[in-house]
Amino acid sequence: MKDSRIRGAEIVIKSLVAENSEYIFGYPGGAIMPVYDALYDYADQIKHVLTRHEQGAIHAAQGYARVSGKVGVCMATSGPGATNLITGIADAMIDSTPLVCITGQVASALLGTDAFQETDVVGFSMPGTKWNIQVRRVEDIAPAIAKGFHIARSGRPGPVLIDITKDAQNDLGEFNYVPCLGIRSYRPYPKVKETQVAQAAEVINSAKKPYVLYGQGVVIGKAEEELKAFLDKTGIPAACTLLGSGALSEDHPQYVGKLGMHGNYAPNMLTNQCDVLIAIGMRFDDRVTGDLKRYAKQAKVVHLELDNAEIDKNVKAEVAVLGDCKESLPMLTEKVNQNSHEEWLKEFRTLEEKEKSAVVSLDLLPTKSGLTMGEVIRYINDYKKDDAILVTDVGQHQMIAWRYFKYKTTRTQVTSGGLGTMGFSLPAALGAQLADLNRQVVCVVGDGGIQMTIQELGTIMQTQSPVKVVLLNNNFLGMVRQWQQLFFDKRYSFTELDNPDFIKIAEAYNMKTSKVTEREDLSDSVAEMMIHDGPYFLEVVVEKEDNVFPMIPTGCSVEEVRLS
Amino acid sequence: MNRYTVSLFTENFIGILNRVTLIFTRRGVNIDALTASESKEDGVHRITIEVTTTEEQVIQIVKQTEKIIDVIKSFYYKDDEVVYQEIALYKIPISSLDPGLEKVIRQYNARIISAEKEFVVIEMTGHKEDTKALLEILKDFNILEFARSGRVAVAKPMGTIEQYLNN
Ligand SMILES: Cc1ncc(C[n+]2csc(CCOP(=O)(O)OP(=O)(O)O)c2C)c(N)n1
Ligand SMILES: [Mg+2]
Repeated sequence: MKDSRIRGAEIVIKSLVAENSEYIFGYPGGAIMPVYDALYDYADQIKHVLTRHEQGAIHAAQGYARVSGKVGVCMATSGPGATNLITGIADAMIDSTPLVCITGQVASALLGTDAFQETDVVGFSMPGTKWNIQVRRVEDIAPAIAKGFHIARSGRPGPVLIDITKDAQNDLGEFNYVPCLGIRSYRPYPKVKETQVAQAAEVINSAKKPYVLYGQGVVIGKAEEELKAFLDKTGIPAACTLLGSGALSEDHPQYVGKLGMHGNYAPNMLTNQCDVLIAIGMRFDDRVTGDLKRYAKQAKVVHLELDNAEIDKNVKAEVAVLGDCKESLPMLTEKVNQNSHEEWLKEFRTLEEKEKSAVVSLDLLPTKSGLTMGEVIRYINDYKKDDAILVTDVGQHQMIAWRYFKYKTTRTQVTSGGLGTMGFSLPAALGAQLADLNRQVVCVVGDGGIQMTIQELGTIMQTQSPVKVVLLNNNFLGMVRQWQQLFFDKRYSFTELDNPDFIKIAEAYNMKTSKVTEREDLSDSVAEMMIHDGPYFLEVVVEKEDNVFPMIPTGCSVEEVRLS
Repeated sequence: MNRYTVSLFTENFIGILNRVTLIFTRRGVNIDALTASESKEDGVHRITIEVTTTEEQVIQIVKQTEKIIDVIKSFYYKDDEVVYQEIALYKIPISSLDPGLEKVIRQYNARIISAEKEFVVIEMTGHKEDTKALLEILKDFNILEFARSGRVAVAKPMGTIEQYLNN
């Protein structure tokens, strides 16, 4: 009789195929070689993207996951390959991104012996993963992968790591993939309680100045329509967090702007004026709340949240509605009164005018000679399609791009929010682009951050992903410099950069490039980039010492927003 | 700050204890004592952890532990909401055996559980205060070694893990 068993390595690949994974972002090495060998025969069923660094692989998987809503898959060898994933794991954990990371491990007989390229990656990643496991037997591979996918994508998503010893990859076993449908100790979707919804409706119905804050939970829960229906009926003004951007079109009449340290003036100020604060799928991060002791103390808080540990963590909720907002929002919409809040909305619009004259007009329509980051984004808006995806790195350019990019549809925002990982954007943009080749992907990155993962230009070249890279070059670690200027007496300690010729670098990677130093060239260059149908690298030399405003300095209250 | 007993019901998988304790470590909450054992349910493990902290902190910790995939359910209790015991062992040189020691053993409801050529081992169960009091006295009897377990505890409220598993 023919032996129906196959190697563990092939089981890994067949399991990924069974989960409908489209891409593996990875990097080979000794301990994962059997899997790479098996992959050789599956090129027609699953695509592998060879990045230039494992950090690039995991950020690419994150970009892919954020745009597609599916689980991102990345792969690395043991030891240094596995440890290079750690930053991305932490990033995916704090930003709730579903990932399955597969690492090779030394043979089980060598575990604990300090064998070549042995690291305790399960130990390393334990506090940073939603779940992780080491697999030492071939028969445990498929169940571990099935469980990993289920955990990564359900409930509040997160990264999962599966470490597979080399002997398990080499051993023979039967392949019989059984998707994981449930785990008795894990209840990812608590049932929404009618009583909590009724209480929430009562509080909302009696509010004079209710105010909605929405976060990435709406995107993760695919509850964008449900959010809009709730807002349409209640007439309540709504502001978004960094990762919530795009869940509601900025054209919506009740959209009032962005929250947090560099968000908009009105949404921050009026947080301390509302009487009911309705938080939907957001976690009151300190970058949103500023000083908690002076945050929305006058308001009754209604919190719609899937993760029970987020309720009352930072801000006490008067009414907590535990559960997926996809389920709770329609229940709530049914119970709330039709209403409108024109007067209250006007208060937002009045303050918005103040921000426009004090900040926005100077950013978008500058009269000084130096180029601003804001005007670059203005031109991107002019030439982008509604569903274009903005991927940003971390720093001033991130905040400026976020502030001025016009978010019209969902899953258009990919950035490292909770962790603030410099170097995130270039590989994440690649992953975002591969998730949907028909959408424009614009990667806005700083001169500091791009140098953290600049090697991924190689991956963009090899995949010919039509990513548009916009380097906003201020020759500074700008955000840190801004803090040094404002809070450290302008002592610019190690923040100025002697930069390479970025255009030469991009050209070496066969990219079409352009460099803008004068305002009159900006519009044409952005236009040319946006219509180009391949990868494009645009460097814009911007003013060296511009600052991002408004700003709520650390430890200040949301009312202490500075406009300059 | 108060004393709390955190009681966790978990699957019995490798690394579960590690994951649980990491949640305490991250928040700078010291674990005063810890025990792990099986529970009444087949395959359900229980971990009992004693901490001194604020109620806010212990609520957070309990919620965070519940996020661990292999944790079935976590609870926390104040001292008056649990029935708990600890066990202490005292190793005393044989030369200290005298009527005085016998009196102490009776007084504290302790007992000798092992007698060797050179020493005896006394056992006492009770709360920390009681086993500690005995320790102080036994110092006069040249005590050689002392060890105390973490608390084992059962909750007074009647909800059970069974109900949770079945609903
Ligand atoms: C990996 C990492 N290291 C350090 C930081 C701290 N940091 C935040 S913003 C920033 C400066 C970023 O400079 P650049 O990429 O040039 O962007 P800019 O602020 O100038 O737009 C630094 C160093 C970080 N967020 N991530
Ligand atoms: Mg810079």
